Order: sequence, then C-alpha cells, then structure tokens
Amino acid sequence: MTHHATVLCLCFGTGLFFGASAVGAETIAASSIPTADILQPAALDAALRPNAAVRPLVLQVGFRKLFDEAHIIAAEYAGPGGASGGLALLRERVAKLPKDSAIVLYCGCCPWDHCPNIGAAFSELRRLGFRNVKALYIASDFGTDWIEKGYPVTKGG
Amino acid sequence: MLPPLRTLRAATLCACLSMCAVAASVVAGPAERLYTIAPDFVRTDLSGRPLRLGQYRGRVVLLNFWATWCAPCIEEMPTFSRWQRHFGDGGLQVIGVSMDDDEATVKRFVAKRSVPYPIMMGDAKLGELFGGVFGLPQSFLIDARGRIVYRSVGEPNIETLRSKIAGLIDIH
Repeated sequence: MTHHATVLCLCFGTGLFFGASAVGAETIAASSIPTADILQPAALDAALRPNAAVRPLVLQVGFRKLFDEAHIIAAEYAGPGGASGGLALLRERVAKLPKDSAIVLYCGCCPWDHCPNIGAAFSELRRLGFRNVKALYIASDFGTDWIEKGYPVTKGG
Repeated sequence: MLPPLRTLRAATLCACLSMCAVAASVVAGPAERLYTIAPDFVRTDLSGRPLRLGQYRGRVVLLNFWATWCAPCIEEMPTFSRWQRHFGDGGLQVIGVSMDDDEATVKRFVAKRSVPYPIMMGDAKLGELFGGVFGLPQSFLIDARGRIVYRSVGEPNIETLRSKIAGLIDIH
C-alpha cells in the first residue's frame, strides 16, 4: 500500500515537474564541464561491461520521449537538467547516495554545444557535493554517437 | 537438487541471446528507412485537426522533428516557414513534429510565432516508425511518391536541404 502510494506520488510529481518544464532552470553550457570530467562513449561502454570493477550509476538527464525510444542499458531517467522540475527529480534520485558514488550523466538530445541539460545537471551534482561525477560526451546526438556506433541500448520507460 | 551445469550454461546463453535481441531491435536506425516508403501515421495537430501523412501523397513533404528546447531546431524554423510560404503552391508541405514532453509548452511557443505549417506532438512510437529519432533536429524529405529520399540530422545544412528540395520541385 505504502509502495503504491509512493509510486502514485512520484508519478503525480513527475507530471507536475514536466508540466512546469517551461519554467527552466538556469542555463549552464556543456562547455562549463571540466575536460577531466568528460567521459567518452567507449570508456563508458567499457565501464558498463559485466567484468568492470566499478559500474557507475548512469542517469539520463534529457527528455522523456527520447529516453523511451532508446537509452543506455541500465540507465535511469532523471529528468531534464535544463528544467527546475528535472533538477528536482535528479536531487531526489541521488539524495541517499554517498557523495563518492560513481555517477555518469548523459543527455544527447541535440549537439553538445546546444545541450540545455547536461551542464546544469552536472553543476547541480557538484553543488550537492558529489565528487565522482562524469558527463558522457555526445558530440551530435545519442543516435549518432551511441546507437550508430553499436553500443548497447534498450528502450521503454 | 541443483540443475546440471550444462542446463545452467544453456539457460545463460539463451538469456544473453535474448538480451542481445532486445538491444538489437532498437539499433536499426533511421538511415535504413532511406529510399523506402515513409510509414503512414495519423495524429492531431495543435489546432485539433486530424493529420495523416498519406494525405500529402503527390506533394513533397519535409517532416521536421523538433522541440522548443532545441536551439538548432529553433534556428531552422524561420527558414522552413519561409519555404512553406514561398514554395507551398509549388508542391512543398512542411510538417513539424514536436518531441517536447509537454504540449502546453509547444502551444505557447507556436502562439508567439507565425508558423504557416501544421505542427503535431510526436512520441516515442512515432519516432520508432522512422527508425528512431534519438536526437534533434532531424528531418525527413519525402518525395511525391511517398519515399524518404533524404534525412538531415543535427545542425541543419540549409543549403543542402534546399538543393534536395529543389531537385524535387521547381523552387528556382
């Protein structure tokens, strides 16, 4: 019962967040992410293999429809970083995690230089004190730089 | 009693193959839709009118997937609007498919602009029909026979797109 109530609250909350998505968070450019904190697709693919020493938590901080179409296997949807509602979802997801958790953020909605989400999401996790956060570098879009390169994906919410 | 090792191995192999099949099922990309007949679909545009892609057979269709949060998409919209105004009578039909999560945002956005072509809300299912729309902007050029003849992904190359359209209708 409690579980159902929690799910209902989450769904309702998500609807509110996205309904308010026009109320954007502060725009933070992807170029603000330090080079040392940018991860290339091949490196993430290697880190997600079953024999990898530490498998990071992968969070998609882009848009729901694109996530539903296809996303990195084991990735979770965390809401668009460019919207205040999305950042609230992200904060909620990481609230109970240790600050040294390995986290990889990605979006891929559009070319890196134009991405409205990744910079803000990265900045937010850093502000919260997470020290082991990386941003997946997607130069053009998720289709071109991940799917068409043959890296594994799955679909659905 | 534990199952024999051989059975466990076979089960593991089956599980792995199934996972690969699921992963591969979404890998077939939009490029593979080129030179095939565009899948028909019916949606309601933002003004509530039903719109079926097939109703534009005989015209050249520029099917543009976009979103309000996508800066390159917004950049190309005035050009598409101009093309619709100037070349609509010559047989061009632009159709916008918004991949925004929230329709109200799109309505507000479009209300502030004069967009002379229909816009509808897209979803993952519609994206999948076209081989997956995994990033924006993305446009499909469909000829008068309904074939997808060109696909543009990412930062728009307006001149290339214009020359492709020019090859299909007389816009000179």
